[in-house]
Amino acid sequence: MAGSVVLHGMWASPYSKGVELALKVKGIEYEFVEEDLTNKSEALMRYNPVHKKVPVLVHNGKPIAESLVIIEYIDETWKEGPRLLPQDPYERAKVRFWTGFLQQQLFGPMLSVLKTDGEAQERAVKEAQEKLKVLEEGIKGSYPGGPPSINGDNMGLLDIVGCPILGAHKVLEEVLGKKFLDQEKYPRVTSWVKALTELPLAKEAMPPHEKLVGLFQFIRSRALESAAA
Amino acid sequence: MGEELKLLGVWGSPFSRRVEIALKIKGVEYEYSEEDLFHNKSALLLEYNPVHKKIPVLVHNGKPIAESLVILEYIDETWKDSPLLPQDPYERAIARFWAKFLDEKCVPAVWKSCMSVGPEREKAQEEALEFLSTLEGELKGKKFFGGETVGFVDIVANFVGHWTGVLQEMAGVDILTEDKFPVLCKWAEEFQNCPVIKENLPPRDKLLAFFKAQRETITNFYKNKV
Repeated sequence: MAGSVVLHGMWASPYSKGVELALKVKGIEYEFVEEDLTNKSEALMRYNPVHKKVPVLVHNGKPIAESLVIIEYIDETWKEGPRLLPQDPYERAKVRFWTGFLQQQLFGPMLSVLKTDGEAQERAVKEAQEKLKVLEEGIKGSYPGGPPSINGDNMGLLDIVGCPILGAHKVLEEVLGKKFLDQEKYPRVTSWVKALTELPLAKEAMPPHEKLVGLFQFIRSRALESAAA
Repeated sequence: MGEELKLLGVWGSPFSRRVEIALKIKGVEYEYSEEDLFHNKSALLLEYNPVHKKIPVLVHNGKPIAESLVILEYIDETWKDSPLLPQDPYERAIARFWAKFLDEKCVPAVWKSCMSVGPEREKAQEEALEFLSTLEGELKGKKFFGGETVGFVDIVANFVGHWTGVLQEMAGVDILTEDKFPVLCKWAEEFQNCPVIKENLPPRDKLLAFFKAQRETITNFYKNKV
């Protein structure tokens, strides 16, 4: 099931990174097109006219947008190689539920923490901590045996989505100069993230720490400037 | 087989009704339990959906599944007759894309257009018109989003097919109108007339009366949700 596989993405986007991880887990060869989000390519606008966002996967000329949709497409199209989603429908439902939670509930507050200060930041931190607590309880309830989904050394969908979003906590902590992911409050989340970031694939594929720190600092200072203006 | 299937839902919720439509299409029997969301959520709901405390929740042999799109996929994978999603991976991706678009863009925009006030409402109305226009384009003269028969996207679009008309009447706004969206309005008519859909829609006048009477309660309730 070869053919041409092109991914339009951006090095720091967790959504884009998720698709890259999925392709790498499956061992699929692909061409990566780095998009400048301030100057999006004509191709991207054509491939994703509805959202005009990355990531977009173009398989044999046919575009697919939305990272979770893309990853499920990858799993269904390339059946050789490790599974990205479990086989059992109930386990699949759990994975879909928690990936939705990570993307829709946790990522936003984390971004807000980065982009605010003072009272607004306190509120954002509080919200993020509430979501982390829910995630901690959720892992306890849904995955009592241990880290949510790493199957052997292969990332599954939940790992693929969790790694870029939660792995960024170290970057956030360095930029803010304070702890965000408290190991004592969130032992299961912390040990899961730690296990993920130690995987050879994560070490190879995650954006370089220093580069991400630089970007986060830039995002933060620009956000604070425009809030003050 | 000793299967136990229970749905925790609310009669007026499009999300809850999506699940009912899916189960009816599949011909699966289930027990329905009506939740009182505003005043008294059942202990069962809080136990089965501790994360969001929302309906719908499908409980299959004691195992709870929450989030309507997740539930729909679960139903499609568990009961394989009358598939909701297409077979081809690319077409499945397209269907999932539009389901997400409906849930993440269309529903909030239309809801806020009718329930919000001031600048938030105006902005939402602009967005709603834009998003519905995109949907109209996607329908491209097909009878249903799923082709000749109702499919995954049609079920998810139930909010557009039925609730939008009621909400805009209650709010006195013009969003989904025939002059602006002839294709979508025709689809809505076909959708509502489909036997399996017809039986699983809350009666229009009951819904209108409900939204009118409850407008304030709902607005406060949903302030933090949509």
